Amino acid sequence: MNTTPKRDGYDIVVIGAGPAGLAATMIAAEAGLSTLLLDENAGPGGQVWRAIASTPVTERDRLGADYWAGADLVQAVRASGAEIIQRATVWSLDRHLEVGVSVGGVSAFVKARRVILATGALERPFPIPGWTLPGVMTAGAAQTMLKSSGLVPDGRTVIAGQGPLLWLLAAQILRLGGRIDRILDTTERRNYLAALPHAFAFVTSPYFAKGLALMKEVRANVPVVTGVSELAAAGDGRLATVTYAAGGGRETISAQLLLLHQGVVPNVNLAMAAGIEHRWDDLQLCWSPVLDRDGSTSVEGIAIAGDGAGIGGAGAAVIRGRIAARAAVEALAPTAAAKLTSMATLRTGLVQAERGRAFLDTLFRPARQFRIPAGDTIVCRCEEITAKDILDAVAIGATGPNQLKAYRRTGMGPCQGRLCGLTVTELMAQARSKSPQEIGYYRLRAPVKPITLAELAAVPKTEADVQAVVRG
Amino acid sequence: MTKLADAIIVGGGIHGCSTALHMCLAGMKPVLIEKDYAGRHASGVNAGGVRQLARHVAEIPLSIRSMGIWERIEELVDDACGFESHGQVLVAENDAELDACRARVAELNALGFTHEELIDGPELRRLVPAVAESCPGGVVSRRDGAANPARTTTAFRRKAAALGATVCEGVAATNIRKEGGLWRVDVGADTYAASVLVNAAGAWAGRIAAALGEPVPVETVAPMLMITSRVPHFIDPVVILRGRKLSFKQFANGTVLIGGGHLATPDQDQNETVLDWRSLAVSARTVFELFPVMRSATIVRAWAGIEAKTGDDLPVLGLSACHSGLYHQFGFSLHGFQLGPGAGAVMTELIVNGGTQTRIGDLSIDRFQPSHPSTKMRTS
Repeated sequence: MNTTPKRDGYDIVVIGAGPAGLAATMIAAEAGLSTLLLDENAGPGGQVWRAIASTPVTERDRLGADYWAGADLVQAVRASGAEIIQRATVWSLDRHLEVGVSVGGVSAFVKARRVILATGALERPFPIPGWTLPGVMTAGAAQTMLKSSGLVPDGRTVIAGQGPLLWLLAAQILRLGGRIDRILDTTERRNYLAALPHAFAFVTSPYFAKGLALMKEVRANVPVVTGVSELAAAGDGRLATVTYAAGGGRETISAQLLLLHQGVVPNVNLAMAAGIEHRWDDLQLCWSPVLDRDGSTSVEGIAIAGDGAGIGGAGAAVIRGRIAARAAVEALAPTAAAKLTSMATLRTGLVQAERGRAFLDTLFRPARQFRIPAGDTIVCRCEEITAKDILDAVAIGATGPNQLKAYRRTGMGPCQGRLCGLTVTELMAQARSKSPQEIGYYRLRAPVKPITLAELAAVPKTEADVQAVVRG
Repeated sequence: MTKLADAIIVGGGIHGCSTALHMCLAGMKPVLIEKDYAGRHASGVNAGGVRQLARHVAEIPLSIRSMGIWERIEELVDDACGFESHGQVLVAENDAELDACRARVAELNALGFTHEELIDGPELRRLVPAVAESCPGGVVSRRDGAANPARTTTAFRRKAAALGATVCEGVAATNIRKEGGLWRVDVGADTYAASVLVNAAGAWAGRIAAALGEPVPVETVAPMLMITSRVPHFIDPVVILRGRKLSFKQFANGTVLIGGGHLATPDQDQNETVLDWRSLAVSARTVFELFPVMRSATIVRAWAGIEAKTGDDLPVLGLSACHSGLYHQFGFSLHGFQLGPGAGAVMTELIVNGGTQTRIGDLSIDRFQPSHPSTKMRTS
């Protein structure tokens, strides 16, 4: 039975049960601290290890060894004594470390002495003409269906974009008998040169051999077009064709499914709503929280681990989770901390796990034209606002994303900027000849995920409210 | 470098921007200094109520003056500001509250004000069909309505700048002093000098007044609002309650704004507020009870804007009691948005003509002077 938290307060509340959150929970519970792990999905694993405890895809080589590495950690966390609540949506977190969480349509508040955010990553928006048509989806969404339900595309399928996840997904689809007609690789040719200085670290990292093998496996089965510099989806009410330009040529091909992907970025919504300071990352082209080496944020008592701290991948996420949890244990129960793996050992492990990351970040830095759209291309899906609409608002005085809300309501729809925020920042920065850091981001506010009015109305009254009624 | 201006306005909220615009219309060239950007705080994120209804008698003349400007707002600022006039309705939840409404309307009528009208149950349900059957009536102010606050404040700023006001955003006004007969204010590397200084700095205005030797009982507050996802259209007027803290407004796009004055914890120096969800839950319960149609709506966002609330919940508007050339325009105590257009016009008249036809005497800062008769009355 899935119910709201058993207690009003915990030593440590971990939000998100991906690699970082599971690793952090393990350490905290091991140290004897009261630990609550809240996770939005039906089972633990996050995105990387989605449905690790329930996937119907049981032949291990289909999803790969990296996927199954999560199973042991999940087992250990379940045996650790931590309270774990799945399908728990954290919708509020503030600087007093009060967590608002919804479970099964009932909301509760818990107080934490330390909070570790492990809310992971989101796919970067890929705003091309026609990206809102039915039949166009993100590669991540396709992978979710693949992992949790074993579903793969069987119609005419095109995958477009770049990045490690794109190749992994392609390989997984092919292994499960799915169909891919063409891969349109949008990696900029000049990125190969720019990434060269980081190549030594990369070829000696675990990414290298795995990445090369994946690309070889996919290329043997699917035609791959490289150097794609323009991309558009079209169709009457649903996707019919994909048009692309590459190497001076242009082609239109028919397609029933277009999967888009150009990397992942930190999921900052809960952290920003808690008032945590973020800065623009010029290499990863996204907002990242300002953290110390233990993952502590600008808000006392809140740490961030995993891809939410800056994209580092699953291996780094596990270690960042351990580091953040160890720091929390040091603060709350110093004697218990002495028995844990030393911080020095963890930091050495993190350096190893992050090896090769700079190469990937440079090589797969998405091209400007795929980040900053023009003309009638939709930027804000919730309000159907185009790039031109935003530039028009800039022309009459909208100076940043928060001012733009007043003109165009961008970022005010149900997605709360997840699908338009980065695009709006970069588009306005370009239009105003400012840096993204100067332009800034939406001020995000709870509820970070919508809750019903009825649910909020049912929140238990405080003592003061009850007494006010009693006194009449 | 020292730059001369006709007036220095500190604060880019609806009040500072309105005063800047009206000064320009009167032929002055003011400089407006805003430490963040125009409309960053309460002026840009309030409920947008354009309300004469249920105001303190002392500010009704100003509210009526302002209403006249709202009704031709597009002519003034070249932007419709999202202003819609579907009336505002105050709902009485029981007979005792309705009696209080009746007495209030009679009091206003005796003073010569006719904008508030007592309504019975059938008229209430005609205006607000979704309201619970148990409510016996209320008061309507039919010319009232609502506007988009951020868009409005921005429109005033934009028009003021177009007419020649200098707008400095992102830099705080510091070292405010009077030297050589002129008010001087440092703004980054620049110093502005003018014979007139308008203190329209919202939550920060109390500090300015105190630093100039004119303290006012004022606290920083942050009233909370929340907005729902789109629901089918069910209500036109803005609704407020007589007995409980609630204001309620559905926008043309279907979203519903829920406010009413429950407070967040402001952190003025960080430009931040921490929401109090248990108080927002009280608002949610009130809506749940009075508007069953709203029960399945989802809350998509809640926020709070920082502003100033005075000891008597009335604004400070007019000439300083201590200094020549200093004018105060702050402390609007959660109900200043509608007053903004009118207050800017009145302030400009005070500065340019030395007086105004609009009755604002009860809003003067000298009511907080120890020798003032009203102060004695309040403390007795």
